[in-house]
Amino acid sequence: MSITIENINKHFGTYKALDNINLEVNSGELIALLGPSGCGKTSLLRIIGGLELADSGKLLFHGEDVEARDARERNVGFVFQHYALFRHMTVFENVAFGLRVKPKKERHPDAEIKRRVHELLNLVQLDWLANRYPSQLSGGQRQRIALARALAVEPKILLLDEPFGALDAQVRKELRRWLRRLHDELHITSIFVTHDQEEALEVADRVVVMNRGKIEQIGTPDEVYAAPATPFVYQFIGNVNLFHSRDHAPWTQQHGDAVAYVRPHDIDISRTPQDDTALPVEVKLVRAIGSIVRVEVAADNSCELIEIELSRERFDVAPLVNGDHVFIRPRQFRVFGEGVKSELSAA
Amino acid sequence: MANTTKIATHESKAVTLTFITVALTYLVLFLGLPLFAVFYQALSKGWGLYWAALQEPDAWSAIKLTFIAAAIAVPANLVFGIAAAWAIAKFEFKGKSLLITLIDLPFAVSPVVSGLVYVLLFGAQGWFGPWLQAHDIKLIFAVPGIVLATIFVTFPFIARELIPLMQSQGKEEEEAAVSLGASGWQTFRRVTLPNIKWGLLYGVILCNARAMGEFGAVSVVSGHIRGMTNTMPLHVEILYNEYNFVAAFAVASLLALLAVVTLMVKSLVEWQASGEILHHGA
Amino acid sequence: MSHAFRSHSVLPGFNLALGFTLLYLSLIVLVPLSALFFKTATLGWSGFFDVATNDRVLASLRVTFLTSLAAAVINAFFGLIVAWVLVRYSFPGKRILDALVDLPFALPTAVAGITLATLYAPHGWIGQYFAEQGIKVAYTPLGIIVALTFIGLPFVVRTVQPVLEDVEAGVEEAAASLGAGRWDVFRRVIFPAIYPALLTGFSLAFARAIGEYGSVIFIAGNMPYISEIAPLLIVAKLEQYDYAGATAIAVIMLLISFALLLGINALQWWTSRRGVR
Repeated sequence: MSITIENINKHFGTYKALDNINLEVNSGELIALLGPSGCGKTSLLRIIGGLELADSGKLLFHGEDVEARDARERNVGFVFQHYALFRHMTVFENVAFGLRVKPKKERHPDAEIKRRVHELLNLVQLDWLANRYPSQLSGGQRQRIALARALAVEPKILLLDEPFGALDAQVRKELRRWLRRLHDELHITSIFVTHDQEEALEVADRVVVMNRGKIEQIGTPDEVYAAPATPFVYQFIGNVNLFHSRDHAPWTQQHGDAVAYVRPHDIDISRTPQDDTALPVEVKLVRAIGSIVRVEVAADNSCELIEIELSRERFDVAPLVNGDHVFIRPRQFRVFGEGVKSELSAA
Repeated sequence: MANTTKIATHESKAVTLTFITVALTYLVLFLGLPLFAVFYQALSKGWGLYWAALQEPDAWSAIKLTFIAAAIAVPANLVFGIAAAWAIAKFEFKGKSLLITLIDLPFAVSPVVSGLVYVLLFGAQGWFGPWLQAHDIKLIFAVPGIVLATIFVTFPFIARELIPLMQSQGKEEEEAAVSLGASGWQTFRRVTLPNIKWGLLYGVILCNARAMGEFGAVSVVSGHIRGMTNTMPLHVEILYNEYNFVAAFAVASLLALLAVVTLMVKSLVEWQASGEILHHGA
Repeated sequence: MSHAFRSHSVLPGFNLALGFTLLYLSLIVLVPLSALFFKTATLGWSGFFDVATNDRVLASLRVTFLTSLAAAVINAFFGLIVAWVLVRYSFPGKRILDALVDLPFALPTAVAGITLATLYAPHGWIGQYFAEQGIKVAYTPLGIIVALTFIGLPFVVRTVQPVLEDVEAGVEEAAASLGAGRWDVFRRVIFPAIYPALLTGFSLAFARAIGEYGSVIFIAGNMPYISEIAPLLIVAKLEQYDYAGATAIAVIMLLISFALLLGINALQWWTSRRGVR
């Protein structure tokens, strides 16, 4: 089921949580809402789920306005940040809940409910925990039970609020791959909220980057990483070096206050100047981290550190040591700034 | 295990022993001894007189009236407590903290004053006094006044037990229930109620103990008509003032028994609730 | 969507729950209490002033206030020790003792009153030892203090206990490892942590004592100017059908307790602002 969001606004008191949001989610897509805390991503998710009301704007499911439908009629599965499992019910009863509260005429017979619940528990690979209570489960297990519970009512849309937020690193990694596989199996239109860029880039079909109640960029993981639309996206996703055109970025060929954004792996290092815009720098720190080597340099007239990442092979060809005087030049960059409306990228 | 790392954070044996002795003496002197004395005095002239005192018709009617008052006041305050806690804990609205303060108000009022306000409203000289007299309705110096005064003094008990409990539980579980298609009633009965059951029972027990034992407020509105408007605590007073000590302590022993049972159930509930948190808490 | 009054929630029943709450609160508590102030207004300022400055009324307020204060101080001191012992030490019978602390909440005040009066009478189990020393407890202000100490006993214990349980062992160990002696650790680390709770317990016991009636009247002797408490004077005025006079004393008592609670809240706010938690 597709979701259309048109001009949605939301205030909390004087605080503007959502500022004119427009978003189209295709049927069967897995979308990540990515942004720092307080950017409005959770509010947007709760509005879609019917847990919160927008001040203005339109929300359509499959072209149909659902504004008037309350949460229980939207057929949306919601997975809460802290799982919100019913603490006095067993795992089985938690998953069965949505089936048991159906109106009498729609309710399945007990045997059918039992079959469905075990099917779901098998799907999340936790059938053996059916008789435990939520407090007896690990964080990752609770997460999967919460998902099974949401799936029990056969939602057309699945919403997940920071689904991996409360888990430790190893479990996180495992679970997000599992979620991706599950989505490929079930093809339910899904939106999940996260503040972790790695999570968003790895799991989602498309990423919606949000900041201060606004959408900064919508794109595939590759697009938001390789071609960030705004300075915020540049800084929020991946590492970036900032070059002020005035100080030490003659290659930007810009006038006035402009800033060039350059990824650490988009910088060339050379013992000799590549051309007359190359920047002379001194190597301050060299550190090998796994498959890459991180080099920190500073321009001769500045103490601001510039971060450069080289592949190990490339580094081994021309090794560097602290105090080396070298020249750098970006292979690729983007300029944002006042008076600079156009965004350039060097070849 | 007397391990060395703990010595730095523990007192010497002498200090420990002194503290325990002081605490024990204080509690036994102020709590244990009086509790024992009630039963001792009640039975000081033997079981025969004890039973006779309890079977006396006025004592019986006092017992009945006490149960009637509690049977009305506790459920009324139970419904109120749940409604107030639901509104306060699950919703955001303006004036919430003022409302919480107002709910606590009866605790800040002397029991005597609690009775007095109803006399001012419904007594012969009160606001509604003439109207009530004209329609031949008697509230003060009658059973309805006693029930009203009892409701007033036990008003906050259940609400103030439930409000912090439900606030701490948040509303995510209820939201989850609604998003899974549960109706309001289903959400309350299947999700909220099981989560608050121990707190609810706790509040009911304390509310009941106070409802049955209230003296000051009830004393002001009762009129002390023997066999008619006397509750057990009032009956104790009358007997005591008549120097009928055995009978006074006999009725008092029933109330003390109620207190002991209350404490036992309360401990049981606390024990259950903490077990619940250990085993099922999310 | 208007957000003037409350923010949206998917949970149902707000209007019903709040509506019922406000209605019930108004009918049972607010309207009756307001009657108190309207009745006092019929006295007029001079009438109110006459009641308030009457010697017997002033004496009863003084007795009420001073005995309540004494009882609250006793409870603060011993309550702290009891809470400490219940949290920190283990000994046989501790659980029963812990449950027993709540007895004053559960035992009807009239029962407490007649029992304490019997125990502390000159020939009573405890009173006889005082009598030997020439001290009369029952039927004097001392007796009032005994009764008020009884009914206020759980407050300090029950407010301090959970806070004391929450004091991290690590903080104490840190202080000890920095060379602090046991008394220093208590004075500088533990006491500041439990001080706000102690103050709360003290104020609750104090406020409860000021309004107390049932347990006091049996043991007080009720001699005007000496051992007559304010609530008793209200009852006495009522029995003489002096409703306005009774109401005036009630209003004075209410104002005193509110002033007290306000003052203690302010004190707590001030101490928490200083970073003492």
